[in-house]
Amino acid sequence: MAAPNRSGTLTAAKEVRLYPSRFHYEAPRTIDEACQMMAYYRDDAKVLSGGMSLIPLMKLRFASPGTIVDINNIEGLDYIEEAGGYLRIGALARNRAIVRSDLVRSRHPLMSSACPTISDPVVRNRGTLVGNCCHSDPQGDWVSVMMCLGGEIVARSVDGERVIPIEQFTTGPFSNSLQSHEIAVEARIPGSTNYGEYHKIERKVGDFATVAVGVALNIAGGSVSHCGIALTGVAPSNLKCYDAERAVMGGTLNEGTIEAAARAASAAASPRSDHRGSEEYKRTMVEVFVRRSLRAAAGIRAA
Amino acid sequence: MPEFRNVVVTVNEEPREAEIEPRLLLVHFLREVCGLTGTHFGCDTTSCGCCTVLFDGVPVKSCTVLGVQADGHEIITVEGLGSPSELSPVQEGFHEEHGLQCGFCTPGMMMTATAFLDENPNPTEEEIRWALSGNNCRCTGYVNIVKAVKWAAKKMATSGVSARGAAPIR
Repeated sequence: MAAPNRSGTLTAAKEVRLYPSRFHYEAPRTIDEACQMMAYYRDDAKVLSGGMSLIPLMKLRFASPGTIVDINNIEGLDYIEEAGGYLRIGALARNRAIVRSDLVRSRHPLMSSACPTISDPVVRNRGTLVGNCCHSDPQGDWVSVMMCLGGEIVARSVDGERVIPIEQFTTGPFSNSLQSHEIAVEARIPGSTNYGEYHKIERKVGDFATVAVGVALNIAGGSVSHCGIALTGVAPSNLKCYDAERAVMGGTLNEGTIEAAARAASAAASPRSDHRGSEEYKRTMVEVFVRRSLRAAAGIRAA
Repeated sequence: MPEFRNVVVTVNEEPREAEIEPRLLLVHFLREVCGLTGTHFGCDTTSCGCCTVLFDGVPVKSCTVLGVQADGHEIITVEGLGSPSELSPVQEGFHEEHGLQCGFCTPGMMMTATAFLDENPNPTEEEIRWALSGNNCRCTGYVNIVKAVKWAAKKMATSGVSARGAAPIR
């Protein structure tokens, strides 16, 4: 072991604990440089942003990338801004910043409601929305939120830029439709919604969802002009509930449409009984949360 | 041959330079290369928060950050709080209210509490509990820890000293 000293040069660490497999480390300073690296390393490389999901997987050796392209030194990727009709969230915008953002809250209250349930405050200091989407954990919350809001991922490579709707971005557990030389640089979410809530049952702070339900609405002149409903933890992957959305789209929120949406969402879910709860319980909670959200949105007092 | 990288990390305001493998986790860099064993190593799964240090002033779990990522950055560990002759308000609070208990989670709790109090010097109990929710106490003795943080807030208000004791965190 290296001899500790007060300051100055330490000798190489030879006997320290080293958990992940060996990898080659790159720390590009610009996005163009990062794209060139990805074009070079391709499948061998993984992009490291917050690292709050990737590094644990590497420690467990579930992931052993040959090269890590750490994008944390790229300046100007941590923005949260509105431009061109979109709320744009850079790949290095931390969840900490999203929780605190007045812009996010004013444009999409669902995001501000969901963010505090994602991991814990210390993990949120580093974790990112874009990284969470790329990780595509079927239990991940941000993908559901993006589904509710019609979000898209902007992918950059040496070939240029392309925009991928979130439903086409996540392709299954821990897989996404990025090509091996592409980097997700931004999440963008169109327009604004004036109501949104994320309900999540978790056993402890920072846990995965036993059941989570995201609801986002835009109600203009009493009529629902946007409705997004998505579920986490009650299907093999994040689930957008098209039938439930259609039940309230274009009309007014009333007991009839609310009930139809709640039942449709519950029917769309395919939860499994496990140590967190029975299938019936999870299905019921989906219904309860959709009903509760829509009633609150309609200003109807819960019975 | 393993790849080594030269890093210069400012730890508790002193530069530390070392050749490390990129896979070396920050917690092991601090404990085993720098010899600063105050940062504890608990769950290894980004859950418990015992390894929390301040990374450019922001609490992070150092078991889930690579040592090379700290190159050019400032780290403050529990050794960087106060001094043996003059404890920081947070350290003093843990002493006064017996927030220490078994002591294992204490470094992480104090690092999170220090950054929290510098941002929110007059918190409610609920805010304290929320701020500490990423740090687990395995005695489940949060009552005294919350009291300790409250004590520190009061001390800061009356003494004008920052949570860290010395200069405020940037």
